[in-house]
Amino acid sequence: MERLPALQMRQIVKTFGAVTANDHVDFEALPGEIHALLGENGAGKSTLMCQLSGVYRPSSGEILLDGQPVRLTSPLEAAKRGIGMVFQNFRLVPTLTAVENILLGEKGPFWHGPSWKKACRLEIGAFAQRLGLSFPLDTPVELLAVGEQQRVEIVKTLYRGARFVILDEPTSVLTPNEVDDLFQTLRRLKQEGKTILITTHKLKEVMAVADRISVLRKGRMVTTLPASQTSEKELAQMMVGEQLSPPRERVAQLPGEVILSVTDLEVHADHGGRSLSGFHLEVRAGEIVGVAGVSGNGQKELAEVLTGLRPWKKGHIVFQGRELRSATVRSLIEAGLAHVPENRMKSGLAGSLNVIDNLLFKSYRLPERSRWGFLRLKDNRIWSRELVDEFAVRTPSLDTPVQQLSGGNQQKLLLAREIRHNPRLMIAVHPTQGLDVGATQAVHDLLEDLRSAGKSVLLISEDLDEVLDMSDRILVLFNGKVAGEVPRAQADRHLIGMWMAGLDHQETP
Amino acid sequence: MSLFRSSFRFEIDPSGKAAPWWTTLVSVALALIVSSFLILASGADPGAVWVKMFQGAFGSWFGLTETLLKTIPLLLCGLGVSIAYKIAVWNIGAEGQLLAGAIAATGVTIYFPNLPAEVALPLMLVAGLAAGGVWGLLTALPKVFFQVNELITSLMLNYVAFLGLQFLVFGPWRDPKGLNFPGSPVFPHAETIPPLWGHSQLHWGLILALVLVGVYAVAVNMTRWGYEIRLIGANPEAALHAGIRIRRHILGVLFISGALAGLAGMMEVSGVTHRLMDSVSPGYGYTAIIVAWIARLNPLGLILSAFLFAGLIVGGFNVQTLGIPPSIASMIQGAILFFVIGSSLVGKIKLRRTTPGTGA
Repeated sequence: MERLPALQMRQIVKTFGAVTANDHVDFEALPGEIHALLGENGAGKSTLMCQLSGVYRPSSGEILLDGQPVRLTSPLEAAKRGIGMVFQNFRLVPTLTAVENILLGEKGPFWHGPSWKKACRLEIGAFAQRLGLSFPLDTPVELLAVGEQQRVEIVKTLYRGARFVILDEPTSVLTPNEVDDLFQTLRRLKQEGKTILITTHKLKEVMAVADRISVLRKGRMVTTLPASQTSEKELAQMMVGEQLSPPRERVAQLPGEVILSVTDLEVHADHGGRSLSGFHLEVRAGEIVGVAGVSGNGQKELAEVLTGLRPWKKGHIVFQGRELRSATVRSLIEAGLAHVPENRMKSGLAGSLNVIDNLLFKSYRLPERSRWGFLRLKDNRIWSRELVDEFAVRTPSLDTPVQQLSGGNQQKLLLAREIRHNPRLMIAVHPTQGLDVGATQAVHDLLEDLRSAGKSVLLISEDLDEVLDMSDRILVLFNGKVAGEVPRAQADRHLIGMWMAGLDHQETP
Repeated sequence: MSLFRSSFRFEIDPSGKAAPWWTTLVSVALALIVSSFLILASGADPGAVWVKMFQGAFGSWFGLTETLLKTIPLLLCGLGVSIAYKIAVWNIGAEGQLLAGAIAATGVTIYFPNLPAEVALPLMLVAGLAAGGVWGLLTALPKVFFQVNELITSLMLNYVAFLGLQFLVFGPWRDPKGLNFPGSPVFPHAETIPPLWGHSQLHWGLILALVLVGVYAVAVNMTRWGYEIRLIGANPEAALHAGIRIRRHILGVLFISGALAGLAGMMEVSGVTHRLMDSVSPGYGYTAIIVAWIARLNPLGLILSAFLFAGLIVGGFNVQTLGIPPSIASMIQGAILFFVIGSSLVGKIKLRRTTPGTGA
């Protein structure tokens, strides 16, 4: 049966500075379907949906509702047209009740009496019941379970008259039971004639709930196809794509002594649950070990434990032959550990301080940089000038606050600092996230140089191309465990895609 | 053809530069203009009031001395809160810390009478510093260990200190020969800070305050300690990644911050009033917040703004003869703060022309 698309996005391009998040994307959704948007982190799913809900405006391209071009200039405008979005981080006021949250932003006269609120409460209660979405109406939402909060969000969008409900990574915060409940809800909404759009990177869930699936990869639309005509395996392959260029030429290098060895590591996440368990890792001198995997499978905690920012429950970490008991950040820095953190402006650089101050982060305690408690201002300026020149950081001056540099130059500055500290091991987390092609190349060359100099690199990245291109060995993290490990020569992206998706590799041919 | 015309819109630029230095001057000027209207509304001639004020504060040897005298506590308290603001701890408790210092210094004169000057003055100095510092720590400890908001604790501790002061001057420390006046006995000569020259009101505290500003400038910009402070203030998360112990620094900085205000309190009782009274501070600790903000924590700026605000207080008293209440001074202070805070956004706001996206 042919149905006219209720919603079309044509040739959508969205750029952030030099980075293209959506590259001429075509997307359409039929009325009354559950449509899943599948892709790795950074594939551009959320960006695309944010343009639909009026949070971002497309750089070019057009959006049509029922065949009519529309301009969605704000979330309010999108809501008026019947588009509602449930964000990954809920937009709820924690101290207000569910009813109050739903009524928040409701237009009307300045003053509503208590009877109005009472009537609305009854109306919302009945509305939620009809949809089969139950949650306590009068409890502050901060006391509700995450699944209940999500239901409040869904009812909020529907109560405001949404025909299209967009859910951004709706299952990432839910327990398995809550996921089942959510899927039932979505099916019921579908029967009500709503169009449901969900973004996710979880294959099993897509196959379980979606009618049609669109796959995005690196900002481009790969394909759209009915769920009945595909398989998890095929989707995994489409998600990771084909190798675009052969891996870089590399001088074979015999790995040296073991620099870092981790055995049977168990780490807990912020909210108690185990984020790594039974984790093993070995990094030798002169090799780059890549850790691939979909985000949220323990990468963040792994990086934090290894840099001394997070304690661990169980297991042994041996760095340069010395077992770490309770590592402090400072002792690890002094022992030769460098760190390129996940979010450079959040934890790697101080935006309002100048280039020199940001270069001094790790080395200001050294006698070359300070003496008797006083910084060697003149020497530090000369030293900074050398570093900036050597690593080709483009900055107006050494006194420029680093927040005024481009993302690529910020990252080069950060790498300059970490590399000049002469590390034995560098832990690089998403080192090229948000960088343009030139800056990405520069960062990769710097990591390559470290390897040639006999240093070790642990590269944690969600960009599979990057991991495949750079690593001597590749590890895939899934659910806090190493799902598989493979040397560079035998790396097969389809197999890695399976591991990333949590599929048993036995199933693969 | 586009249905949508291009339009202008204000944007806050996250990578914005700091507002240029002249915005401070512009905001002071704007505050004076706004205040002129208020003076006009209260039935006086603004021109005459400004002239009178300026003459009162800077126009005579006596006025200038008074202004310099009031610069001392403003400068010390301003310095104290500036250090706290450098590490992004919003200490608004300089008033209470000043009072704690004044009380402690007076305590020395009451419980250790008849000490020679060489012993009494250093002892009072240490007592003032320590008491102010401890008062600062009372804000820092809950913040560091229980994440209690420092704005609330430091403000509340101001009232605690003031009520404590009232208790003492109305109760146990009241001068028996003071005709029921709420104040401690007058300090003996050995316990007063010597004047800069002759019988001048101006005492050596001014020199000490200026020296401390210099120490602050050097410590913040040229030492390892100052570097760590600046890093924590700019991005605590990054400081954590650099292996800096944030808690310890917050405790240390707030001790110093409080100690400087406590020193101001000691100097007021020992150098100016020569006794503890419940009116020992006309709100120096609060004005100091504006002083620090206007100076943007810059050492030279601190000296200038402390001097300006001292002049405002002294000049404010001089306009009473025109039938204007001296509280005109606090009104102008408020207006200046209002515009200065507003102007800090100037560098961040951009007027941008929005062109509609080109349809495919």
